[in-house]
Amino acid sequence: MSTKTQDVEALINQKYRHGFVTDIESDSLPPGLDEDVVAAISRKKNEPQFLLDWRLKAFRHWKTMREPVWAHVHYKPIDYQDISYYSAPRAPLNAPKSLDEVDPKLLATYAKLGIPLHERAKLAGVAVDAVFDSVSVATTFKDKLGKAGVIFCSFSDAVRDHPHLIERYLGTVVPAGDNFFAALNSAVFSDGSFVYVPAGVRCPMELSTYFRINAAKTGQFERTLIVAAEGASVSYLEGCTAPMRDENQLHAAVVELVALDDARIKYSTVQNWYPGDENGLGGIYNFVTKRGECRGRNSKISWTQVETGSAITWKYPSCVLKGDNSVGEFYSVAVANNYQQADTGTKMIHIGRNTKSTIVSKGISAGHAENTYRGLVKILPSADGARNFTQCDSLLMGPQCSAHTFPYMEVKNPSATVEHEASTSKIGEDQLFYCLQRGISTEDAVNMIVSGFCKVVFKELPMEFAVEAQNLLSVSLEGAVG
Amino acid sequence: MLLKITDLSVRVAGKDILKGVNLEVRRGEIHAIMGPNGSGKSTLAQVLAGRADYEVTGGSVTFEGQDLLALPAEERARAGLFLGFQYPVEIPGVNNVYLLKAALNAKRKAAGQPEVDAYEFLALIKQKMRLMQMSESFLSRGVNEGFSGGEKKRNEVLQMLVLEPTLAILDETDSGLDIDALKVVSMGVNSLRDPNRAVVLVTHYQRLLGYIVPDYVHVLSGGRILKSGDRSLALELERRGYDWVQQESKVA
Repeated sequence: MSTKTQDVEALINQKYRHGFVTDIESDSLPPGLDEDVVAAISRKKNEPQFLLDWRLKAFRHWKTMREPVWAHVHYKPIDYQDISYYSAPRAPLNAPKSLDEVDPKLLATYAKLGIPLHERAKLAGVAVDAVFDSVSVATTFKDKLGKAGVIFCSFSDAVRDHPHLIERYLGTVVPAGDNFFAALNSAVFSDGSFVYVPAGVRCPMELSTYFRINAAKTGQFERTLIVAAEGASVSYLEGCTAPMRDENQLHAAVVELVALDDARIKYSTVQNWYPGDENGLGGIYNFVTKRGECRGRNSKISWTQVETGSAITWKYPSCVLKGDNSVGEFYSVAVANNYQQADTGTKMIHIGRNTKSTIVSKGISAGHAENTYRGLVKILPSADGARNFTQCDSLLMGPQCSAHTFPYMEVKNPSATVEHEASTSKIGEDQLFYCLQRGISTEDAVNMIVSGFCKVVFKELPMEFAVEAQNLLSVSLEGAVG
Repeated sequence: MLLKITDLSVRVAGKDILKGVNLEVRRGEIHAIMGPNGSGKSTLAQVLAGRADYEVTGGSVTFEGQDLLALPAEERARAGLFLGFQYPVEIPGVNNVYLLKAALNAKRKAAGQPEVDAYEFLALIKQKMRLMQMSESFLSRGVNEGFSGGEKKRNEVLQMLVLEPTLAILDETDSGLDIDALKVVSMGVNSLRDPNRAVVLVTHYQRLLGYIVPDYVHVLSGGRILKSGDRSLALELERRGYDWVQQESKVA
C-alpha cells in the first residue's frame, strides 16, 4: 500500500465530533410493545380518538408483517420488545412557551452541535422546530409564518390545533400498512413536524428541523407531514446529529409530502447520525420511509439529500407523479465510511401525462463500507409522454469498500422516454498527486475532489445549507477521504 | 546550485528505472532531458515532484540546499518546484480557477504572505490567460474537464505562470501540440525565463528546442545520463537518433 493511501486512511479515521450525551431526566415508557403501549403513547399526547384508532390499526397490521430482507445491508435481528417507545425530556410545567423556559442544558447541547437556536435561526432567517428526543422544545418565527398563513409546528401541536388537517392528510401518501417500518412508525410515532402552506402562498422562509436521538435505547419515530395547497411553495430542510452510543439505536421515520395543483415542495436533508466507530460498533439504524405525492397538475416535489451518518441507512425518498405535467426530482449524495452500510435511492412512479422525473445519485464509499443505489422508475400505461433521466455515479476511496447499483425500470407506456447513465470511479492517486503537486494538502485535495463529484447535488441545496453540507462532507470524508 | 541530483536510483513496481542519475541545475539555466521511450525521463520528473509510489533506492537530491526527498509533494510545490504533467488529469466538478487559487494561496501561506484576494487573482489570471491565448470560458470549466490535449498543456503552462515556480519541470509539454499551440506554450515558458529561475524540459523531440533554447542538453537512456552537451547535441540527436550515444557509452 502506498503512503498516500495510508494518509487517506488516517484521515478517514477521524473521530465523530458530535458524540456526547446530555444528562437530562427522561420521562420514558419501559421497553416493550403491545396495544397498551400504543394506547399509552396516544394518551400521553391527549390524542383524538381517530388517531388512536389509526395507530391501533397500524399496530395490528404491523404484527402480521415481516421485517424486509431484500436490502443490501446486514445487521443482527432487532428485538422490538427491548425498545422503549416513548421518551420525553421532563418539563417543569408542561411545555416551555419560549426559549427562556427551555432547559439550559438542552440549549447547551444545541450549542455544542453548532446550532445555537435563536442566534442561528435569526441570522439565517430560518424557523427551527427542534425535536429533542421525541418532544418539540422550542419553535421560533411562528409570528412571521403565522402572518403568511403558514402552519409550521410540532406534529403533536398540529394534532391538537389542526386535527381536521391531520385527519385529512395523514397516511394518504404512506398508508399505515405501507411497509414494516412505516407500519411500526404509524403505531408508535411520538412527534415530528407539520407544515401546511395555504393556497397561493409562497412560504417566506426556509423551514428547518433538527432531530437528535438522545435517550439510550429509545427508538425515535418521527412523523412529518407537509402539505402545499394549490399554487403554494415551500422549502424544508431537515438536519441531524446524534450523540455517541455503543448500542445501535433504531430510527424509523415517515415523511409524507402532498403537493396540490401548481404547488412546489423542496425537501432537503442533511443527515449526520452517529455511524458507529471504526470497527463498526454502535451507530444508528436509519430505516426511513419518505414519499411525496404530486397530487395536482403541474406540481413539483424535489428531494435533495446528503447522507453521511448512520450505521445502516435504508431510505428511498420517492415521488408519486399523479398530476399531469407534474415533476419529481431526487438529488442524493450518500457517503459510507468504515463499516457503514447504505442502501438508498428513490422511486419515481409516473401516473399522470407528461410527467417528468430526474434522478441524480452520487455514492461515495470509503473504508469497508458498502454503498448501494436502488432505484425504481415505473411508468404506468396512463403516463403518456412521461420522461425520466437517471444518473448514478459511485466514487470509491481505498481498496476495501464497494458500490452497487440496482436500477429497476418498468415502462408500460410506449411514448415514454427513459435515460440512464452510470459510472464508478476511484478517487485517483493521479488526481490526488496532481493537487499535491500544486501545493494543496491531502485533506484539502480530497475535499476538493469529493466536492467536485457532488457539485450537481450541492447546488440543489438551499444556499445557507450548501456550505454546511460541504463542511459536513469534509468532516466525514476528511476522515474518509474520506 | 538550485538542484543537485547525485547518483539517484529509483524503483517502480519492483523494476529499477533510474540507475544513478547525476544532474546539476543552476538558477537562470534551461536544461533539456532527451532520450528514447522508457528511458526513465518521466520517472525522473515524477520522483522530483514527490510521487509516493516511486521508491528511491539510492542517491540524494537537494533543492536550494535542502533535502528534497525528505519533503512531501505538497511542500516541494510550495517551496517552488512545479511539474507540468505529461498527462494532466481531469478533476470533474472542481473549478479550474478554484484549484489554481487554492494552489497559489497554499504557496503564499507557506511563504508567510497573505492570501490573494479574489479581484487581484482574477486580474492576474486573466492577464496570464491572454498570454496563453486561452478563452475566458476556461475560467468556469472544471479542471481539465473535457479539454483537448492541447488545451490541457496550455492549462499546465498557465498554472506555471500563475505559480511562478523557482524550478519548472515540464514533462513532454510539447507532445500532442500543433505548431501554433507549440509557439504559444513556448512563449509562455520563455516569459518565465529569469536569472532566478530554472526550467527542465523533458522531451522527445528537438522541435521544442527551436522555440525554447536550452543551455544544456542531456541524453537519458537506460536509467542514466549518458551524454551532456549544448543545443548542438539536440540537433545531432535529431539527425542521428539515440543509438550512437548508447554505443559510445558502452565503449567508454
